[in-house]
Amino acid sequence: MPEPMGFYTDTTVCIGCKACEVACKEWNQLPATNGGRNTMSGDSYDNTRRLDGIHWRHVKFIEQFSADRSEGRWLMMSDVCKHCVRAGCLEVCPTGAIVRTEFDTVVIQSDVCNGCRDCIAGCPFGVIDINPVSGTAQKCTLCYDRMRAGLEPACSKACPTDSINFGTIRDLKQMAERRVGQLQAAGERRAYLYGADEKMLGGLNSFYLLVDKPEAYGLPPDPKMPSRNLNPSSLWSAIGALLVGVLGIISFRTRGRDDA
Amino acid sequence: MPSTFFTEPPHWRWLIVFYFFLGGIAGGCYFLAALIDLFGRASDRPLARLGYRIAFPAVVVCGILLIVDLGRPERFWHMLLQSETWRPMFKSYSPMSFGAWGLLVFSFFAFLSFVATLGPDDRGRARARLRPPSLLGTIVAILGGLSGFFLASYTGVLLAVTNRPIWADTTLLGLVFVVSSASTSIALLLLLGSRRVFLIGGLRALQRFDIAVLVLELLSLIALVASLGSLARVWLNEWGALLAVGVVGLGIIVPLLLHLRARAPTAVVAKVAAVLVLVGGFLLRVVIVLSSESI
Repeated sequence: MPEPMGFYTDTTVCIGCKACEVACKEWNQLPATNGGRNTMSGDSYDNTRRLDGIHWRHVKFIEQFSADRSEGRWLMMSDVCKHCVRAGCLEVCPTGAIVRTEFDTVVIQSDVCNGCRDCIAGCPFGVIDINPVSGTAQKCTLCYDRMRAGLEPACSKACPTDSINFGTIRDLKQMAERRVGQLQAAGERRAYLYGADEKMLGGLNSFYLLVDKPEAYGLPPDPKMPSRNLNPSSLWSAIGALLVGVLGIISFRTRGRDDA
Repeated sequence: MPSTFFTEPPHWRWLIVFYFFLGGIAGGCYFLAALIDLFGRASDRPLARLGYRIAFPAVVVCGILLIVDLGRPERFWHMLLQSETWRPMFKSYSPMSFGAWGLLVFSFFAFLSFVATLGPDDRGRARARLRPPSLLGTIVAILGGLSGFFLASYTGVLLAVTNRPIWADTTLLGLVFVVSSASTSIALLLLLGSRRVFLIGGLRALQRFDIAVLVLELLSLIALVASLGSLARVWLNEWGALLAVGVVGLGIIVPLLLHLRARAPTAVVAKVAAVLVLVGGFLLRVVIVLSSESI
């Protein structure tokens, strides 16, 4: 059994070149948006906008400028499926299309998925969407086909600054912790790891080094499993059914003579 | 901002809204029919028959709506069978998986009871044994009624077991849906049964039941909004206005007042009340589904 594999993305060295997006699209033969007639977002250099069924990598451009634009900085982050150890999508999928692989990654089998879209609502990160060509839910596979052949995923292979690092989770965590230490020592006190420890959904097999709060990067501060609501919600439904049943029995059992 | 606001909508739109409404009607009408058969009087049997006759066609339409809504409708059976091994596909902790089986089980009982209502209500005939008071009919009615409750409520649990705003921020949607399913089904039976004056006794019982359920629905909706806490401010827009005016005002409070004023369940005001309850129940699904979809 291979060791758990994943990505560690150091956002401090991302230059927003989008080589990862292009490599992902090329390798996975993902179609262009709107048949190639894409429109500009108009308020950012980010025209990909978000992850979806045909964008499995998305380089976010976070533009932080003061009102008079005298001060500012760009945060860049190549976003992707987090391949959660406890995955919300996998949990809710009713067809068994979403599976955990031998590399501890999460993959949607496109030949099994029937496009019910429950996984889109179940994902805590808004990663999954329908690919209009296949009619099925799709997302990053962490290049399962390449990994099976002993190759590195296309995005991390193409990354020119090693912002995206691929490897065993054990090695990646060590590398990431060293980098946080280095940044802290250099005065970047805001550096920290997002999703590297088990507190967040059992650990994210694609985790990040960030220098601002998660919300600044469009990441949830406290992602949870969908099943947290299963038991209380079922219990309240049963109570509702019981109340309706009792009211019904009373209504039909307490009748006067004229109700015959 | 809560973590549910960092997710993407699943594009569950009008087909799902109609399914939620019709699923509530199917489950609710079956439950009412079973309740009338089990606890009503012999003179109420035509009213129960009406419920069974609504439930089965409604659940057939539900199945069609769900299949059409899939990205790959021809693979609808993947919900029930594993496509490679042909073994049953069932995940007890996935409400959609549980729901697909629940829909199938309910359809089975709804079909049996539908068959029992074909032809005249002659208890001597073999098919009539599928309805109470026979032992087999009683078992069918109890199991069908329970699965009807399931069909009416699991959709609320399904929405809660996600990570979407509003849906996953409360655990009361199943409760609200099952109560609303009862109120809309009672309204439909009142409306369709009111042409037959000989059913007046059963209709009066239904009207009393409707008043009680509408009060329960109002309390459930207040509890739902309260359970959202400060998040309820996401409804300070056109969706909130629709919820307040369409669902609570026109769909609950006005029908309650009309029912209290109506001298008989066959009176025009009672029929108007029933229509308003149906409209309110539909708008409830519209608000719950589409207000989260729009975030």
